[in-house]
Amino acid sequence: MSPHLLEFITVGFGLILLMVEAFSNGHRSRIGLIAAAGLTVILSMLFCPTPEGYEVPTWMSRFYGYDSLARFYKIIALVSTILVLLMAIDFRKVLSQYTSGDDSESGTGEFYCLPIFACAGLMWMASATDLVSIFVALELVTITFYVMVAYMRRNVGSLEAGVKYLILGALSTGFLVYGIAWLYGTLGSTHLEAITAAVHKGDFNPTFLLFGVSLILIALGFKVGAAPMQLWIPDVYQGAPTPITAYLSVASKAAGFVVLMHIIGPFLDAEATRGPVVFILLIMAGATLVYGNLAAISQSNFKRLLAYSSIAHAGFLLIGVATSDFTSVSFYLATYLLMTFASFFVLALVRSHEGSDEIDAFDGLGKRNPAVAFALTICMSALAGIPLTAGFWGKFFIFKSAITHNVSWWLIAIAFVSVAAGFYYYLKVVKAMYWNAPRRENAIVVPVTTQAVLIVLTIAILVLGIYPQPILDLLK
Amino acid sequence: MLFALIIIPLLAAVAILFGSPARLTALGASLTNILLAAAAVAFPVDVSLPILTDLGIHISLGLEGMNSIMLILSVIVTLTAIYSGNCPEGREKLWFSSILFISTGAIGAFLSTDIFFFYAFHELALIPTFLMIGILGRGDRKEAAWKITIYLALGSIVLLAGLLLATAHLDSFAFSDLKAIPAEHQNHVALLLIIGFGTLVSLFPFHSWAAPAYASAPVPVAMLHAGVLKKFGLYGLLRIGMVVAPEGMAYWLPWICVLLLGNIIWVGLVTLNQKRLDLMLGNSSVMHMGYIFLAIAALSANPDNSIAQPGAILLMFAHGISIALLFSLTSVIERKTGTLEIARLGGLAKTAPALAFLFGLAGMASIGLPGLANFAGEVMVFFAGFADWSPADGMGWVQVTTIIALWGVVLSAVYMLRAFRNTFQGPLVTSTQYAKDIHLDEKVPAYILAGTLLIIGIYPNLLLNLLK
Repeated sequence: MSPHLLEFITVGFGLILLMVEAFSNGHRSRIGLIAAAGLTVILSMLFCPTPEGYEVPTWMSRFYGYDSLARFYKIIALVSTILVLLMAIDFRKVLSQYTSGDDSESGTGEFYCLPIFACAGLMWMASATDLVSIFVALELVTITFYVMVAYMRRNVGSLEAGVKYLILGALSTGFLVYGIAWLYGTLGSTHLEAITAAVHKGDFNPTFLLFGVSLILIALGFKVGAAPMQLWIPDVYQGAPTPITAYLSVASKAAGFVVLMHIIGPFLDAEATRGPVVFILLIMAGATLVYGNLAAISQSNFKRLLAYSSIAHAGFLLIGVATSDFTSVSFYLATYLLMTFASFFVLALVRSHEGSDEIDAFDGLGKRNPAVAFALTICMSALAGIPLTAGFWGKFFIFKSAITHNVSWWLIAIAFVSVAAGFYYYLKVVKAMYWNAPRRENAIVVPVTTQAVLIVLTIAILVLGIYPQPILDLLK
Repeated sequence: MLFALIIIPLLAAVAILFGSPARLTALGASLTNILLAAAAVAFPVDVSLPILTDLGIHISLGLEGMNSIMLILSVIVTLTAIYSGNCPEGREKLWFSSILFISTGAIGAFLSTDIFFFYAFHELALIPTFLMIGILGRGDRKEAAWKITIYLALGSIVLLAGLLLATAHLDSFAFSDLKAIPAEHQNHVALLLIIGFGTLVSLFPFHSWAAPAYASAPVPVAMLHAGVLKKFGLYGLLRIGMVVAPEGMAYWLPWICVLLLGNIIWVGLVTLNQKRLDLMLGNSSVMHMGYIFLAIAALSANPDNSIAQPGAILLMFAHGISIALLFSLTSVIERKTGTLEIARLGGLAKTAPALAFLFGLAGMASIGLPGLANFAGEVMVFFAGFADWSPADGMGWVQVTTIIALWGVVLSAVYMLRAFRNTFQGPLVTSTQYAKDIHLDEKVPAYILAGTLLIIGIYPNLLLNLLK
C-alpha cells in the first residue's frame, strides 16, 4: 500500500459516509461505528510494510514527505480519531439533548463524519513538507474543529466556545500567514528543504527571519496551547462536547507539535539561528508551565482541570522541542494520548450519568464503581508522572534531555516544581473519588465500548510504564 | 527468585482487589516472601532484564550485602504489619492491598541495582499511603495525608533531579557503574541528593510531615513507613550519594552536621513535650534518623571510615524493627484502653503484664539498652565519629557533633521512660481498670519483632556478616 494514498482514502471515506448519513435514517450512532471501523482499516494499512523502494511520486513530493516520524503522527491521528468516535457513540445522549431538541438522534449524523475530515488533515500535516501545504492541512483541521466545537447548538457554553475558538483561531491563522510571508521574503522559498539549505548558507537578514519565526511560533502556540496563546483553552475545552475536547487536547496538540518540529527543526539545526530560537522556546515553555500549573491548582471543574493540565503538558513538550529531542516529544505525546483519552472517557461517562463536569460529581466513585475509579486513579497518577506508569517515562525523557543539554537551571527548577504541583491537582480527583461520600448511591453502569476502551488504555499505561520500548520502536 | 519477591506481593494485592480473601492472601504472600527472602539471601542470584537498551536501563535486581539487610527488614515488617492494627469492617480490600502495594514498592526499591527502578519502585508506595491515611486515618487525617504526599512528592522530584544530573555524567544507570563524577559537579549533585533523600528520611527541617502522618496513619502504614520506607533515603545516600559525590558530601559536611543535630536535639526536645503516645513515637522516629545521618557525616568526612557504614545499616535495621514493634503495641494499647493520651493512662502493667513487658522491651531497645539491636548500632555510630581520630588532630565537625549527639541518648531515655512509667505504672485509672492483656493474635507480630531485636542485639554479626 503506498502511504500517500491514505489521505485520499480517508477523505473519500468521509465523503461517502456523509452521503450514507444523508440518505439513511435510524440510529445515527451506527454511522459512528462504521466510521470507527473504517478508520481502523486505514490504521491497519499503515502497519502494512511499505513497498520495496517506495518513494513519494514526484508530482507531490514537494508537498509531501513520508518517514517514520510522519508515520508515527499518522498513527496518533488515526488512533485518537477512532477513540473520539467511540467516545461520541457513548456520549450520544448528551449530544442529542443539545442538538435536535426532541431527544432524537436525527441531528447528530455529521458529528460522526466530521472527525474523519479532521483526521485527514491531521495525517496530511504529519507529512507536509512545504509551508503552503502545512497551512492548507492546518486549516482543514481548524475549520472542521470550528464546527465540532460549536456542535451542541442548544447549549450556550458550546456556542460560546465555538465563537471564542473561531475568533482566536482566525487570529492565529493571521499570525501564521504573516510569519510564512516573512520567511518567504527572507529566504526565498516555502519549501522546508530549501529553507534548511538557505539557513545553513547564512545569507539572510537575521532580524527579519527571527521576526517571521516568532510569528510562526505564536501561531503554533495557539495550536499546541502554549503561552502566550493559551487563553482560549479553558473556556473552549469546557464548552465543547467532551469527545471534541479530548480530540482538541490530544490530536490537535500533537499535530501542532509535529508542524512545530518540522518548521523549527532547520532553525534549531543552524548555528546562526539556534540561540535566539531556543531562547524564545524556553521562555514560552517556562511561561506555559507556570501558567498551566498555577491555574490548575484552584480548579474545581474536572474539564477545566484537564484543560489547564493540557497547557502544563505543552510546557514540558516545549522543553523537549527546545532541546531538539524530537523522539522524546513524540513519545510524550503518545503516552499523553493514552492517559488523556482514558480520563476523558471517564469524564464523559460521569457527565452522562450525573450531568456535571465538576470534580464533586466524582465524589464516592470508588464506592459506586470501583473499577472505573481504579482506572481513573491510574490515569491521574500517569498524568502526574508517577513512576511505573507511561506518564513518568515521558517526563523522564524530557528531563533527561533538558539536563544533558544544560538547559538553564531556572527552567529546570520551574519544571520540577510544576511536577510537584501536578501531584496536588491530579490527586484532588483521586481524593474526591475515595475520601468523599457519594452524593448518590446507585452504581454507575458502564457501556460496553467505554469499558473495553478503558481496559485497553489502562493496561497500556501500566505496561508501557514498565516497558516503553514498543513506542520507541515505532519512532525508529 | 528475586523477581518473585516483588511479583508475589504485587499479584496478591491485585488478587485482593479482585476479591480473593484479603487477610489470608496477604498473610500467605508475606509468609512466602519471608521464606523466599531467606533463600535469596542464602543463595543470591542476580537477575537483569533490559528495558531500554539505548539508555542502558534494566530491571536488574541483586543482593549486595547492604540491601540484603534491608530486604530482611522489609519482609519481617510486612508480615507483622499485616498482623497488626484493626481493619475496619468492609475495608479489607483497601487495607490489605495497600499494605502489599507499599511493601512491593519497598522491596522493589531495595532490591533494584539500577537507578531508574530503584527510584521508580519507591514511588509505588505514594498513592496507597495517600489513600490509606486519607480514608482510614485518624484525627487530622486529610491534612496529614496531603502533607505527607506533597512532601514526599517534592522530595522525590528533587531527588530525581539529582539522580538525573549524576547519571548525565555517568552515562549509565547500573549500580555497578557508579563512580565519582567530575569534581566540579559533585557539589550540586550532593546538595540535590541530600535534600531529596533527606526529605524522604525526614531530615530536619524537612521533617514536619512525618510525625503527624505516622500518628494519623493506620498502624500498618505507620509501621511500614517509619520502619522500612524511610530507610530508603538513607540507603540511597549510602549506596549512591557517597559513591557518586564523595567530595560533594564532604563539602556539605557542616550543613549535614547542623541539620542532624536539628533532628537529634530539636526534635528530641519536641518529643519530650508530646502528650500522646503515637505522636511521641512519630517524633522519636524522626529524631533517631539523626543518628544514622551522623554515620553518614562520619563517612563523608572520612570515606575510609570502616565502621560508619555497618553501624548505619545495623541501626537502620534495629530502628526499623523497634519502631514497628512500638507502633504495633501502641495500637494494642489503644484497643484495650480506648485512648493514647499519656495523661489518661496508668497502671496498665497490673492488668496487662505481657503488654507491659513487650512495650518495655521495645522502648528499651529504642533508647539503646545493651543487649538489644539498637545498642550495637548506636555504639558503632558513635565510635565511627571518633574512628581514626587522634587528639592531636583537634576536634572536627564530626567529633563535636558526636559529642552533642550523645545528649540525645539522654533525651530519648527521658521521654521513653516517662511514657512507660505514666502508661504502665502507678495507680490504675478508668481507662486501664478493665483493660485485657495482649491477645494471642496480637502477640504473634510482637514476639517476632521482639525476638529479632533480641537475637540481633546479642549477635549482631548475624547481619554484619552479610555486608562482607
